[in-house]
Amino acid sequence: MSDKNLSSKMFDWVDSRFKISALVDYMGTKVVPEHSHSTFYYLGGISLFLFIVQVISGILLLMYYRPGADSAFESVQFIVSTVSFGWLVRAVHSWSANLMVFFVFLHMFTVYFTKAYRKPRELTWLSGMGLFGLSLLFGFSGYLLPWNELAFFATRVGTGMAGAVPVIGNDLLIIMRGGEEVTGATIGRFFGLHVAILPGLFTVLLSAHLIMVQRQGMSEPIDWVNKSDAEKKYMKFFPNFILRDVLVWLIVLNVIAVLATFFPDGIGVIHWPLGEKADSFAPPPAVIRPEWYFMFAFQALKMLPAHILFLEGEYFGIIFFSIGGLIWALVPFLDKKSAVDQKSKLFTAFGYFVLAFIIFMTLYGYMVE
Amino acid sequence: MSGEKSRRGFLEAALSGSALLAMVAVFYPIYKYITPPKLAEAKLSQLKLSFSRADIESEPKKAKYFKYGRSMGIIFLTETNELMALSATCTHLDCTVQHRPDLGIIWCSCHNGRYGMDGSNISGPPPRPLEPYQVKEVGETIFVSKGDS
Repeated sequence: MSDKNLSSKMFDWVDSRFKISALVDYMGTKVVPEHSHSTFYYLGGISLFLFIVQVISGILLLMYYRPGADSAFESVQFIVSTVSFGWLVRAVHSWSANLMVFFVFLHMFTVYFTKAYRKPRELTWLSGMGLFGLSLLFGFSGYLLPWNELAFFATRVGTGMAGAVPVIGNDLLIIMRGGEEVTGATIGRFFGLHVAILPGLFTVLLSAHLIMVQRQGMSEPIDWVNKSDAEKKYMKFFPNFILRDVLVWLIVLNVIAVLATFFPDGIGVIHWPLGEKADSFAPPPAVIRPEWYFMFAFQALKMLPAHILFLEGEYFGIIFFSIGGLIWALVPFLDKKSAVDQKSKLFTAFGYFVLAFIIFMTLYGYMVE
Repeated sequence: MSGEKSRRGFLEAALSGSALLAMVAVFYPIYKYITPPKLAEAKLSQLKLSFSRADIESEPKKAKYFKYGRSMGIIFLTETNELMALSATCTHLDCTVQHRPDLGIIWCSCHNGRYGMDGSNISGPPPRPLEPYQVKEVGETIFVSKGDS
């Protein structure tokens, strides 16, 4: 009883200063639609949880990681071989990173196909696209930090691709690498990007994304406009949906724990063995490949002929992906039918095309190796 | 009614108990991880200094510092032209001490701690004397070693 008095007193103290009871009441009225695709509503939350896992495990890695050509590899080796549970922290960070990218992809495609980007959620989609891009940059910049052979060559190829961007390519390459070549200077830059710039941007964009989601509530299925109120089913956000969310998070945490414990270096094509220290004079390993989520772009660029029309093959590829990405990001504004709650067959087909392209190119990329 | 109650009690205990165990499973590795591993220190039997008596003499304070494993030492010339070596880390709050031939003491400037030439704490805050090193001169070369080895 006295417990309750204390917590309600604390609430009153805060409420009298910040007027939060309106917010609490608002949370109480919030509902989540129940239908055959309700599971999609958990995907964003899972991505958020994985981001939190990344922040925590990343901070832990920072306690021992030392950037620099002479110390990066050695410090990661120290983490996985000498520090108590160091192997586990690195494994959790790597597994959670891969799962985060996977769930961000899944979240994006389910939002796309259910047309949840439609009015009034255009800006939520745009902020999500920003978060998607930042997630990929997180993956790309983090890959170099152990300064091992794989990372070194992947970064050389990746930054080389940026060098193929028309006009600004060469300047971009030098800024990214901190010079002409991938060296210790590149580690410094990627490290700053990975642990300071990206987390800052991500946090701001994520806050905006979440505030918009909370303000507007979950998107209802597009065909619900034709349904009577009696036919629509809802679940209370608090506590019913939140508790389910927490349960899903707990399951994800356990999945990470199992994967990290039994496969600390990853499995199959999703792996991150520390291997040999990067050596710019050594020949590249037999198989250079990017992480699985860059495979489709890597493979597509590899397949392009040297010249297409009057353009170099790589230019063409980069222009192709830029235009594709731009269309994808601007879909809420291009899909005019969705704004009046109609399904556009054209945009659904476009979504299937993109998905098929990504899946096909990814599988093909692993098969031709 | 009471069966209902005890069932609820059991569930609550099971839930909070497993939540507690889950917390332990997460925080125990984190705690162990943030505790830095002990690094093996190379056991030095003695250290050959990179400078000679003449180098120490030419210093205005008639003293030089050296690294002994992970600790720091100070070697100086006494008024009787003897070489003495002491730990250079003040026993009060780990500042670096200095030789003051003008005052005839080893002095810690941080909190005005004073030690005798033999390392004994004379006045000020230092709680313990400075640990001495054994000094051996072979021709031009100076060797220092810890008393216990």
